[in-house]
Amino acid sequence: MSAPAALPRWVDLVLLPALNLALALAITALLVLLTGGEPGAALRALAVGSVGSTDAIGYTLYYATNMAFTGLAVAVAFQAGLFNIGAEGQAYLGGLGVALVALNLEGLPPVLLLAMAIAGGAAFGAAWAAIPGWLQARRGSHIVITTIMFNFLAASLMVYLIVNVLIAPGSMSPETRRFAEAASLPSLSVLGFAPSVPVNLALILALVAALGVWLLVWRTPWGYGLRVVGQSPDVARYAGIDEGRVIIAAMALSGALAAGVAVNELLGAQHKLLLGFTGGYGFTGIAVALMGRNHPAGVLLAALLFGALTQGGAEMAFEVPDVPSEIVVLIQGLVILFTGALGTMLRPVLARVLAPARA
Amino acid sequence: MTEALDILLPVLGATLRLATPLLLAALAGLFSERAGIVDVGLEGKMLVGAFAAAATAAVTGDVLPGVLAAVAASCLLGMVHAYGCITLRGSQVVSGMAINIIASGLTATLALAWFGMGGQTPALPAAARFLPLDLPGADALADVPVLGRIYASLIGGQTMLVYLALLLVPVSAFVLARTRFGLRLRAAGEHPAAVDTAGVSVARLRYAGVLIASVLCGIAGAYVATAQGAGFQRDMIAGRGYIALAAMILGGWRPGRILLTCLLFGLLDAVAIRLQGAVLPGIGAFPVQAIQALPYLLTVVLLAGFMGRAIPPRASGQPYVKER
Repeated sequence: MSAPAALPRWVDLVLLPALNLALALAITALLVLLTGGEPGAALRALAVGSVGSTDAIGYTLYYATNMAFTGLAVAVAFQAGLFNIGAEGQAYLGGLGVALVALNLEGLPPVLLLAMAIAGGAAFGAAWAAIPGWLQARRGSHIVITTIMFNFLAASLMVYLIVNVLIAPGSMSPETRRFAEAASLPSLSVLGFAPSVPVNLALILALVAALGVWLLVWRTPWGYGLRVVGQSPDVARYAGIDEGRVIIAAMALSGALAAGVAVNELLGAQHKLLLGFTGGYGFTGIAVALMGRNHPAGVLLAALLFGALTQGGAEMAFEVPDVPSEIVVLIQGLVILFTGALGTMLRPVLARVLAPARA
Repeated sequence: MTEALDILLPVLGATLRLATPLLLAALAGLFSERAGIVDVGLEGKMLVGAFAAAATAAVTGDVLPGVLAAVAASCLLGMVHAYGCITLRGSQVVSGMAINIIASGLTATLALAWFGMGGQTPALPAAARFLPLDLPGADALADVPVLGRIYASLIGGQTMLVYLALLLVPVSAFVLARTRFGLRLRAAGEHPAAVDTAGVSVARLRYAGVLIASVLCGIAGAYVATAQGAGFQRDMIAGRGYIALAAMILGGWRPGRILLTCLLFGLLDAVAIRLQGAVLPGIGAFPVQAIQALPYLLTVVLLAGFMGRAIPPRASGQPYVKER
């Protein structure tokens, strides 16, 4: 019960997450067994479905793009000591920004239109996140509760806007009309993916965003200030850093990153604004950031893993009888539980196993 | 007068029925947070409760085993939360989110695997549900103007769980404010080191808080599936767990004020349902989303200190580390 035992770095960074992931998958397999399925076949379908073919990899990368954006969003806020649970709502509002530009400025040349649409999404996501940031910095609200509430406010607002205002005239389903052809991000079929695979240029954007976050947060004075605020607000105040401004800016950056989901989904795949396109990626982003230790490189790897789980899980539900597609949600939840809340469960065991080797 | 009653009584009755699951879950959150454990997982625990209740009631044809199963399922998840937050000192918010996501995936998976009806459970017959109770003397009072109808269809005519939820408000207030256990529980949430110094286990108190919360969430879930509804549907809690969280905060972590907040949210919901599709002069179709968003907006406004001040238990959300 005393201070956590010191373990080699690779144990905390690689072995422990891997074991926790294995535990989550083991429980999933157990559940498949309980519901009358074959766990072996299910896990094989999961692996084949996620990385077993070029197109499977394409889908995995497509899902991973969403998770990289929300993972980066959560990670940036976390570096500033903020727990942003609102990436889901920020991505949703980002979709509004993307759609408003794509629907209203379609006369522009494609490159400019895409740049404006991306900027519009980022601006809306940033604004939606900056409000809870401002409330925390200047009014002392708790960021966790405020961002939870903002997710629901975003959902209500978007349902109202899509159903009553933005809906395509004469349409029965709650979605806008299709964006102009100029407003679609190029697919990555040059890499050998089938044209139907939705992986698109947003993947490259996510990689650039990860690099940008790393440079900004780890290689600039501003980023240093952000991390000081996150690790020790007292030191930040003593050093004359305006803590409130950092909090608001960090949240705005976080929201802008979350809006990347809207870029990938709306400009890259759906080509229209529709209800619920954020599909829980904002929450998965929490797990991605946790597993990636809130570092851009880790986030990219974790996003890849979660992308593979999502795509593989969907294939598993399709291939294996008695396994419904909802099992993907269950796997994600279990991974969050084991890598997040129960993340240190196996530490004492590992410490005991590894102790003689190090002595 | 009769016309006013015709409109008012159904709305007020609906208010009471819609407020009940919120009240049960908000009281659950109250016990957990007063003990120092933040519970974002109310939603998930209610959802497994709803599924367990509906599934068990459908199989046994009886509602009481359903409630027991709901409480058991909710407690199972609650103990995972407690183990992660108290024993392992993990992040309470992450654990709560994980529980919500697991509950959503687990219930949908099991519902499809066991019942195969597109993720629902079979519609429950009357015996497997909580039915409105007729209070004694309702017939005798039926002829009394106004009061007779209020007695028959507002005070009476509710399911047993509605009365249970209302009864739990004074009970919770008494337990928290007037018993030794309540004092210690609150101390574990305000100043755990003092509890420890007095030789009382902080961990045990916090486990107790989470356990009470789990029992209440289970009942709340059972209410949604077997009293309000007649079976389980995918994600049928639909944000009530988060609204309950909001009600707990707006209620200032106090049972009486939580009751008032839940009744207000219930009323908003009842009015929104009533006005669905109504056309307002000058505005057009009534924006139901505006009323649905109101609880969340009120919580944000309160937390920002624009009306009153929300002061949570001081040590809530912080793992307790014995030696420093």
